[in-house]
Amino acid sequence: MSVFWEVPLAVPVAVFKLTQDFNNDQFPKKVNLGVGAYRTDEGKPWVLPVVKKVEKLIVHDDRLNHEYLPILGLPDFRSSASKIALGDDSLAIQEDRVGAVQCLGGTGALKIGAEFLRRFYNGTNNTKTPVYVSAPTWENHNAVFSNAGFEDVRPYKYWDAEKRGLDLAGFLGDLESCPERSVFVLHACAHNPTGTDPTKEQWKQIAEVMKRRKLFVFFDSAYQGFATGSLEKDAWAVRYFVSMGFEMFCAQSFSKNFGLYNERVGNLTIVSRDADKLKRVLSQMEKIVRTTWSNPPSQGARVVAVTLNSPELFSEWRDNVKTMADRVLLMRAQLKAKLQTLGTPGTWDHITNQIGMFSFTGLNSKQVEYLIKEKHIYLLASGRINMCGLTSKNIDYVAESIHEAVTKVQ
Amino acid sequence: MALLKSNKVISSLGSISPALGVLSTRYSSWWTGVQMGPPDPILGVTEAFKRDTNPKKMNLGVGAYRDDQGKPFVLSCVRKAEALIASKQLDKEYLPIGGLGDFNKSCAQLALGADSEVVKSGRSITVQTISGTGSLRIGANYLARFHTGPHEVYLPKPSWGNHTPIFRDAGMQLKAYRYYDPSTCGFDFKGALEDISKIPEKSVILLHACAHNPTGVDPRPEQWKEIADIVKKRNLLVFFDMAYQGFASGDIDRDAWAVRHFIENGHNILLSQSFAKNMGLYGERVGGFTVVCSDAEEAKRVESQLKILIRPIYSNPPMNGARIASTILSTPDLRALWLEEVHGMANRIIKMREQLVAGLKSQGSSHNWQHVIDQIGMFCFTGLKPEQVERLTKEFSVYMTKDGRISMAGVTSGNVGYLAEAIHAVTK
Repeated sequence: MSVFWEVPLAVPVAVFKLTQDFNNDQFPKKVNLGVGAYRTDEGKPWVLPVVKKVEKLIVHDDRLNHEYLPILGLPDFRSSASKIALGDDSLAIQEDRVGAVQCLGGTGALKIGAEFLRRFYNGTNNTKTPVYVSAPTWENHNAVFSNAGFEDVRPYKYWDAEKRGLDLAGFLGDLESCPERSVFVLHACAHNPTGTDPTKEQWKQIAEVMKRRKLFVFFDSAYQGFATGSLEKDAWAVRYFVSMGFEMFCAQSFSKNFGLYNERVGNLTIVSRDADKLKRVLSQMEKIVRTTWSNPPSQGARVVAVTLNSPELFSEWRDNVKTMADRVLLMRAQLKAKLQTLGTPGTWDHITNQIGMFSFTGLNSKQVEYLIKEKHIYLLASGRINMCGLTSKNIDYVAESIHEAVTKVQ
Repeated sequence: MALLKSNKVISSLGSISPALGVLSTRYSSWWTGVQMGPPDPILGVTEAFKRDTNPKKMNLGVGAYRDDQGKPFVLSCVRKAEALIASKQLDKEYLPIGGLGDFNKSCAQLALGADSEVVKSGRSITVQTISGTGSLRIGANYLARFHTGPHEVYLPKPSWGNHTPIFRDAGMQLKAYRYYDPSTCGFDFKGALEDISKIPEKSVILLHACAHNPTGVDPRPEQWKEIADIVKKRNLLVFFDMAYQGFASGDIDRDAWAVRHFIENGHNILLSQSFAKNMGLYGERVGGFTVVCSDAEEAKRVESQLKILIRPIYSNPPMNGARIASTILSTPDLRALWLEEVHGMANRIIKMREQLVAGLKSQGSSHNWQHVIDQIGMFCFTGLKPEQVERLTKEFSVYMTKDGRISMAGVTSGNVGYLAEAIHAVTK
């Protein structure tokens, strides 16, 4: 009798199932607006020119080998990645109270941060501290924190479906009423899935309450540079919180802004009160890393480190990032314009008000089903679309299809 | 008014002298209670080695292969594979959660044999993992969630230091069975069988497939057969850790013999594989985790659950190393080159073992050093006591772990004589 005869078949992750269905679809005009990866105007993946350049350098450099990285990762990567988030002129970095752990993508950074918090935050092995994630949020946030041992992962109000914007009052209300010392996962910019970010003024209000109520700040920064095209603008919230004196974590991903999706390049930036505490925190992070993956993969980190540490390559990278961000902005503008021209019922300002890769269209699940089944346009049941899936060739078809869905299906 | 002002006074005092600033609760920290973690014993050895200025110093601590010049070795087949891959201009899209399909297939075939009934029938699932550690961790998490037997993992005594915290962090409990016999520096076969025969049914037993870490002591085939029988009698779930396939004897099939025997013997095993050592892909983090199931349908169910485990840890694995490994394994001339190179690495280690023993003999050592030759793989359990290890380090700048383990990979024809001298000096 097999030991595993009782193992049930698990439900597949929605966004990957969507791509699978898309791949199996034979319809010539099919469009994939599901998974969050950048696409060119030809609908193709894009390996950044600067990445191609640097990878060539690496392959031809005979001095490089494949030895283990330190447990916490490639030092040059860690420091330059943290600088990207916090700024070259960051006081916290100058004060030696910023450290980092190279991790496997943004997911890995969230995981290591979560494991650390569960062991050491708000008491020892405190599994009962509430962890708040936005409603809605990237679906994997829940699993990362609950698998790290947190028993109480809850939503905080964020998206106002009626207004199609930020529910600031609800958000602030949750911040005021939650248990002190709760952990809050904040999206640094380009909120996934809604594309709706707080304004600077709103961030200031959020920070004030979090400080007063002693809440833990855990930023998820997966789209720096990708949202506005400017690294600095996209890091404003993170840097503001640091300047307000928070001890905090920031999980960074270089999957999108470097297009290094499959090399799993992430960085957990840690801002501490002082260098001594940072040292102790990092020593404990090492123990967590050691039983999870021992040490991180070198390829992607090398690419990023080489790029960020060369003024020329860094500049080229900025341009590549802007190219991606600009194309997304263009698609947003065009989609909205087309829907308005078609006279599609409803307001479509949110298409251009929202920011980053994703847009919460406001389409309901029936309309989404219509789009998938009748028009072979694949998007998440929540109505989230990936703007990168739009191209100059398919945007008319998509706009017309949305128009159909909204007018035919209620 | 006075109260408001006093806060400001304290804060500004804080900017003059940090100690005074501690009075202000505005600057408290979340991490005051976080202790300094203990230093990693193995990495600590390397740190101390780096600081040593003795030109004759030797680092016999960490287990990474070195060539006869004491340098890291990038295999030619790896460089060739990299060039091939670079020419293909592949994209960097996310891999599936379970990793690169081609890699998973090759990985399983390498361990189980291309004509394995398991491989042919599709009744196993292999997922790409973050090298051996990542594989063990996924396996441990899987057991913690789905194992219906006792959540106890039996490790050989001693075992790789990281096994215990990996399983513990995943929520499993650790027990041990006798394995190493310090009086012979060999395998305690009798002790192992005795202990294993007492393990409660359906517990998990972890076995090192070859080149046991840290002792270098492997059971002989007849002994493996008896172990397999008694494990079957006790109805234990077998978890093989194979981090050195090819690296032990130089022959990949020979090194996988125990794994294949157990499967033929009817055990549906769990298996962790690493390509860190045998392909020199250490930092690329290439590994696999395999579950042998009763049929293909069960394998599908298990696969779906492994994905659920992986997603909240790192979403999907890194491409680079897996692509290199897969290219090597599936390109005939690269595979042939790899087999040659792995044979070469194993041979150099074997030669160093022989030269060390010869060196000790010529120094006039009266001890029996046969175990140095009998042991296999990267590591050698010298039998040296902690005080002797300390002397080796202090007086001769020979760095190794306190348990007397040396990494043979750190020995070269250039320094083996010095090592023999040093060991003889502290043991005569």
